Amino acid sequence: MERVYSKGFRPLAIATVLTTVAAFALIFFYAPLDADQGFIQKIFYVHVPMAIVALCGFVAGGVMAIRHLRTGERSWDMRSYVAIHLSIILGTGVLITGAIWAKASWGHWWVWDEPVLVSFLIVFLLYCVYYPLRFSIEDPERQARYSSVFAIAGGAFVPINFTAVRMAEAVTHPRVLSQTGGNLPGEMRLTFLVSLLAMALLFVTLWKLELTSKHASAQLKRLRSRLELRAEEHPAAQPVTR
Amino acid sequence: MPALPLEEAGKYVAGAYVVFLALIVVYVAILGAKITRIDRELGQLLELEDAAGREPGGPAEVTEQ
Amino acid sequence: MIRTAGAILRKDLTIELRTKESVPAMTLFTVTVYVLFHFGLDRDSLDGELASGVLWVTLLLASVIGVSRLFAAEREQGGIDALLLAPVDRTALFVAKAAALFLYLLVLELVAVPAFGLLLLGPDLLAALPELLAILLLADVGLAAVGALVSALAAETRARELIVPLLLLPLLVPLLIGAASATAPLLRAGAAPEDLGRHLVLLGGYDLVFLLIALAVFDFLLED
Repeated sequence: MERVYSKGFRPLAIATVLTTVAAFALIFFYAPLDADQGFIQKIFYVHVPMAIVALCGFVAGGVMAIRHLRTGERSWDMRSYVAIHLSIILGTGVLITGAIWAKASWGHWWVWDEPVLVSFLIVFLLYCVYYPLRFSIEDPERQARYSSVFAIAGGAFVPINFTAVRMAEAVTHPRVLSQTGGNLPGEMRLTFLVSLLAMALLFVTLWKLELTSKHASAQLKRLRSRLELRAEEHPAAQPVTR
Repeated sequence: MPALPLEEAGKYVAGAYVVFLALIVVYVAILGAKITRIDRELGQLLELEDAAGREPGGPAEVTEQ
Repeated sequence: MIRTAGAILRKDLTIELRTKESVPAMTLFTVTVYVLFHFGLDRDSLDGELASGVLWVTLLLASVIGVSRLFAAEREQGGIDALLLAPVDRTALFVAKAAALFLYLLVLELVAVPAFGLLLLGPDLLAALPELLAILLLADVGLAAVGALVSALAAETRARELIVPLLLLPLLVPLLIGAASATAPLLRAGAAPEDLGRHLVLLGGYDLVFLLIALAVFDFLLED
């Protein structure tokens, strides 16, 4: 099982670092200055990729949860948990950078005009309940099962929510920023795509890293309990010290 | 709203990127601490195993899968 | 499966009729909140989006009460274990619970919507009625499906009363958006539906997705 986590980790990490450096270079030296927003627009290259990757992370967590329920293998639940956990952290970043962007662009720390930001707030509020739900169930097998159910419902919820919020905002506030969608000039589009790739690679790297750590932790626990058992069976052996 | 002049805008942009980097650094730091702890415990367990192996009444060796 | 679901449903309705725990509480809560809004907003009459918003948000909050209590009977008397020992399809349990919640909501609305028309609504309620009924029915299906799912999910946790609202309300946001947007034009003077079709499609889609999900995953809940 460890092979699955640590295989190919080094090339992945290297690719992540390289892409991130490339992204930063492009953002600050290649992408042109936006006509309307000026330098502020640079925030877009970190805020939007974070949002997209986090949302995909939630959906991926749901898919992994389906595999967990289907196969009954707890490793899938662990993968799902880490994906969701990482996406929540990224989500915090999305909301903070979004607020900074809003303040710089419109003078308020929060605006309801941007459907991505608004739907993100809702998704974030929902997934914050993941931890209390998960950790209030004591039985580990049941904990994993219920968390998976939640992850599946949440994963399906993300696209529905986004569509609904977009519909609502389209009526009240016509889309102020079309940056998140189409007509980006070529250089900006390239920079954006590279930033998106860097963010995605970063997510996968951190995901593997945390999974490896959790796996090692679990192995350690098993080894410790096995050794303690052996020490008990042979009382002549040294007492167990922690 | 007209675009902010470069110096003011710079502060906001810097802030946003700092938030992003800070999140990652904190995350990696916590993970690093966890891994160090795992390493330490691994060392303790190896000592435990050695001690158990040395005792006459203890198991001859601890076999791992 | 239908028969089992029917039996469970009948049992739940009997208990509710006897103990009168959920529906009266939900109804009382709703009317109380209308009074709160009167004082909070300092308004005698509402119309349009404001009216629609107050109506729907209050309904959603009231539904939290119903959802929290949905599995209460089983939990308190250990009925869940009895159900699980019998070779009962969990799907039947879900259908029964969702149907019960749906019926509770209908009864709630029978009182709450006229009460709203009386206490807070400016324009005439009757003018809005046929379309409003359609919106209410579609929304209730979604509420029932998601409510039953959340109730089961939170049933085994210790912090049940806290988790249900925190889990339920964000999940209901798309439903709220669809229902409130559809209702708003109906609650204006000269009630004329706008874009009703699009909102009904959103509501219908939401209902379908969550019904399917709930049916698919319910087997994994309440298992022992």
